[in-house]
Amino acid sequence: MTTSPAIEFCNVTMRYRLPDRRIPTLKEWAIQRLTAKLRYNDFLALQDVTFTADGGETLGIIGANGAGKSTLLRVAAGILAPSAGEAVVRGRVAPIIELGTGFDPELSGRENIFFNGALLGRSRAEMRRRFDEIVEFSALANFIDMPLRTYSTGMVARLAFSVATTVDADIYLLDEVLSVGDESFGMRCQERIERFRRDGGTILLVSHNLPTVERLCRQALWLHEGRVMARGPAPEVVGQYHAGAFSPSFAGRFEGG
Amino acid sequence: MVSQEPEFEAALPRPVMRNAAGLRPSVLEEARDVAAFSHLLANLVRRDLTVRYKRSVLGFFWTMLNPLLLMIILSVVFSTVFRFAVKHFEVYFLSAYLGWTFFAQTTTGAMSSLAWNGALMKRVRVPKVIFAFSTVLSGLANLGLSCVPLFAIMFIVGAPLTPALLFLPVSFLILAVFVFGVSLGMSAAAVYFDDVAQMYGVALMGLMYLTPIFYPIEIIPQKYLWLIRLNPLVYLFELARAPIYKGCMPSLHDVVISAACAVVAMVVGTTVFRRLAPGFYRHL
Repeated sequence: MTTSPAIEFCNVTMRYRLPDRRIPTLKEWAIQRLTAKLRYNDFLALQDVTFTADGGETLGIIGANGAGKSTLLRVAAGILAPSAGEAVVRGRVAPIIELGTGFDPELSGRENIFFNGALLGRSRAEMRRRFDEIVEFSALANFIDMPLRTYSTGMVARLAFSVATTVDADIYLLDEVLSVGDESFGMRCQERIERFRRDGGTILLVSHNLPTVERLCRQALWLHEGRVMARGPAPEVVGQYHAGAFSPSFAGRFEGG
Repeated sequence: MVSQEPEFEAALPRPVMRNAAGLRPSVLEEARDVAAFSHLLANLVRRDLTVRYKRSVLGFFWTMLNPLLLMIILSVVFSTVFRFAVKHFEVYFLSAYLGWTFFAQTTTGAMSSLAWNGALMKRVRVPKVIFAFSTVLSGLANLGLSCVPLFAIMFIVGAPLTPALLFLPVSFLILAVFVFGVSLGMSAAAVYFDDVAQMYGVALMGLMYLTPIFYPIEIIPQKYLWLIRLNPLVYLFELARAPIYKGCMPSLHDVVISAACAVVAMVVGTTVFRRLAPGFYRHL
């Protein structure tokens, strides 16, 4: 029996259609519409992106700012619909695109845990089962019934990371989560990623930190201006990226990796 | 844009998400999607209600006190200054004012709710309609709660409490469908344009005076009556005013017109929302 890949992108193109300037009000829009001065620019965030990630694979996604890495994760998470092509994702997805998404400062840490779980489509019963584990990992047991606005930034980040990584999922979409927080926090993140891997989870890891990508991912994908430049074993792809990104022909178009 | 179908492999069900260009979910699929996120819905409503009541000193009783105080002010103003010859003016006023508060607060709330949760929609996949829907549900809960002081006032001033009051849940349900439709359309438009919320505030003010809430419809000159009759809120509020104030069932005529308005609002609101939703990411 062959198992189908966990993530399959087939000629995915993401086109943003942007007016040549932002039209903030209805009044202005009506005027522009009547005088027909409105022009649109197309911006291709992803162009013909095709790749697969097998179940249990940790795939690093690298590229310069604006290469389309976050857009790719958003398509995989089902947040954005592609303009052309198709993405198929098999399994429960935990998108960790930004830590602390949807936290409410007025609610207590406990209530925020359940609220965040619900955002990820997890039931109250499931969150109750995982509650102790989340609190333990965050080391916030003494503060869990206090409103979130009384927490320090570091405490919020700890809670957010615990919730985000303690839900049951088959596929984790991680966007730069390793670069937030201090060193010990970074270590905990990496431990967690190791554990997802051991449990057979599929991971898409977006990072600017190339050594981290090389250490955590066997495979990598290099995106440049929305196109897949290379896909293969992580050290090779990182090498190609280095060579390509800093070669004279690319100079000026890159802000560095 | 996203369809989910369960696929059974081994022991655990593995959901398969197909995210393809031009794949628009049907209204039914979207409704199923909202149902799948019922935990989020419950959480949103709970958050709405607890945040509102936890923070104020009087807490939960504030909902009760608010219409009570307003009633006192308005009955003084309108029954002594303007001298409308309306018996039990407080009850007359409140029977429509509660519905008005629900309509105005919910539609405005849905607009800010969608805008506030924009950051969220960029980071997790949630059904976008869920924000307007949860605002309507918590508004409905508040409406139900504000019936408690209303009945108390009716009892105190000696207005009759009749079995016709049992029709109120139906009245409020029809109103809620209408409010949901308006909320969907307005919140989607407010995402696209900053000035929609401001213009809507002004429009609400005008609409309030065009609706017989604190004045009897009889004071409207005959030649302008047709204008008032174009206002769907007149019929929708009559559904509550008949059982509360007149102690009788609303006329079939009013029920049919109200239900029709609710359906039209839903169809238009849903169409506008579905049309605009794919472009939200550009504006949020």
